[in-house]
Amino acid sequence: MGEMLSVKNINVFYGSIHAIRDISFHVDEGEIVTLIGANGAGKTTTMHAISGLLKLKSGEITYCGELISKMEAHKIIRLGLAQVPEGRRVFSGLTVQQNLMLGAYTRRDGKEAIQNDFDMVYELLPRLKERRSQAAGTLSGGEQQMLAIGRALMCKPKMLLLDEPSMGLSPLLVKEIFKIIRDVNRQGVTVLLVEQNAKMALDIANRAYVLETGTIKMEGDAHELANNIEVRKAYLGC
Amino acid sequence: MQFLSYLISGISLGSVYALIALGYTMVYGIAKMLNFAHGDIIMIGSYVIFFAFGSFGLNPILSVVLSMVVCTILGVTIERVAYRPLREAPSLAVLITAIGVSYLLQQVAQLLWSANPKSFQSIVAGVGLQPLVLFDGQLTISAEAIVTILACIVIMVALTAFVNHTVPGHAMLAVSEDRGAAQLMGVNVNGTIALTFAIGSALAAVAGALLCSSYPTLSPTTGAMPGIKAFVAAVFGGIGSIPGAFLGGVLLGVIENLSKAYISTQLSDAIVFLVLIVVLVVKPTGLLGKKVNVKV
Repeated sequence: MGEMLSVKNINVFYGSIHAIRDISFHVDEGEIVTLIGANGAGKTTTMHAISGLLKLKSGEITYCGELISKMEAHKIIRLGLAQVPEGRRVFSGLTVQQNLMLGAYTRRDGKEAIQNDFDMVYELLPRLKERRSQAAGTLSGGEQQMLAIGRALMCKPKMLLLDEPSMGLSPLLVKEIFKIIRDVNRQGVTVLLVEQNAKMALDIANRAYVLETGTIKMEGDAHELANNIEVRKAYLGC
Repeated sequence: MQFLSYLISGISLGSVYALIALGYTMVYGIAKMLNFAHGDIIMIGSYVIFFAFGSFGLNPILSVVLSMVVCTILGVTIERVAYRPLREAPSLAVLITAIGVSYLLQQVAQLLWSANPKSFQSIVAGVGLQPLVLFDGQLTISAEAIVTILACIVIMVALTAFVNHTVPGHAMLAVSEDRGAAQLMGVNVNGTIALTFAIGSALAAVAGALLCSSYPTLSPTTGAMPGIKAFVAAVFGGIGSIPGAFLGGVLLGVIENLSKAYISTQLSDAIVFLVLIVVLVVKPTGLLGKKVNVKV
């Protein structure tokens, strides 16, 4: 179980705002690691920096031994590093099926292999199957989140970056989404999860980092952090 | 019978607008910019045909193909050199650049070929097609009108199929909806935008060939007015929508021709723009424009 993703001393500017200040962390193969923190702590910025949508000012990011911090976003996904963006961002005018097909955009391993993954995704997310020919914009928030996850799985990722999958969902649906994340991880996909819902995130994660105004304040075993007084006060509300 | 004749030539003119409008609407939908140089690409394409077919006697079909190749290269080059560096710039900067490119093309054409209008030889006649005479000679439909309408229908069907049923087509739809999310799927956004310019410019070449075959004077400003009218057609139909460009173009051509015939030649353009204003007041997204539903 080696190191899969390694972020070293990165600095990211969002316009003139120094959003990420010299942070470092890593994710090992097979793990679920979570970045927790309040609004504006820099969680999404970190995710965009990893997936290539934002460029670094300094520092480097390596994935499976390859330097990805200078790579374009559309090439990074070819290495099996997929992002489920904040706010789902499904293609609302396209059908569920077409959205999933776009998830498989980079694949060149033949129709049969892609069809297998369609079956896999529909088995994991049976609600999508019922709605396969419906426009994605007509789905409920929970279903759109499932579609965003399913779409990312269609590229056969080795690692999944999940940005606020619980946002705007009812507690019941949040549970369902987190169960899906756990299932995906059990199938061998490494997960980096960014969440405001610290309780749920710490519950399923192996390790966690606490992000505060662009720097890492704390890190460690997820269960230990869940019991940490400071974390409980600031993020768990107890 | 006369009405029918006006109607058909209106549909034919509208088909040319529709072909040009497709270039505007696709580029707007995917690159989110108004390419005001689009009309001038038509003019360049028409000069290519004028020289290839008119001066050097090249086969008319081959001349059109040559013009399509030249326009495609020109369109992609303009995108690469003038628009891509401004991808993150405010849209006003891009708009002004596009207007600049438009004048540049007109001025270069004037330097190379002078401002004197040239008389364009119809490529449709060049292929040897004859006008269609119906009802014992009461209704004559020019071969140009028939070819123009048919070409427009074939291109519309092919383009719709391409966008809705192929992988690069889906990539275009994805980029047009959400550029960042498309990139996360592995779609090369710059490549997709370049492809859009290539398609739009090739269609502009076809539109130029058909336009100048029906209205055979060619000068460096030939593309300007049809360009603006096609832009109006694209807005009229709902900018960003392919069927909208078709509908907007045809309606615009028909309204223009019928008002020329029955109301006033001088006022026809004013009537066209008046109709546009009325449509936009009633339906600001245009006839087939999409209402954007954002769900968070």
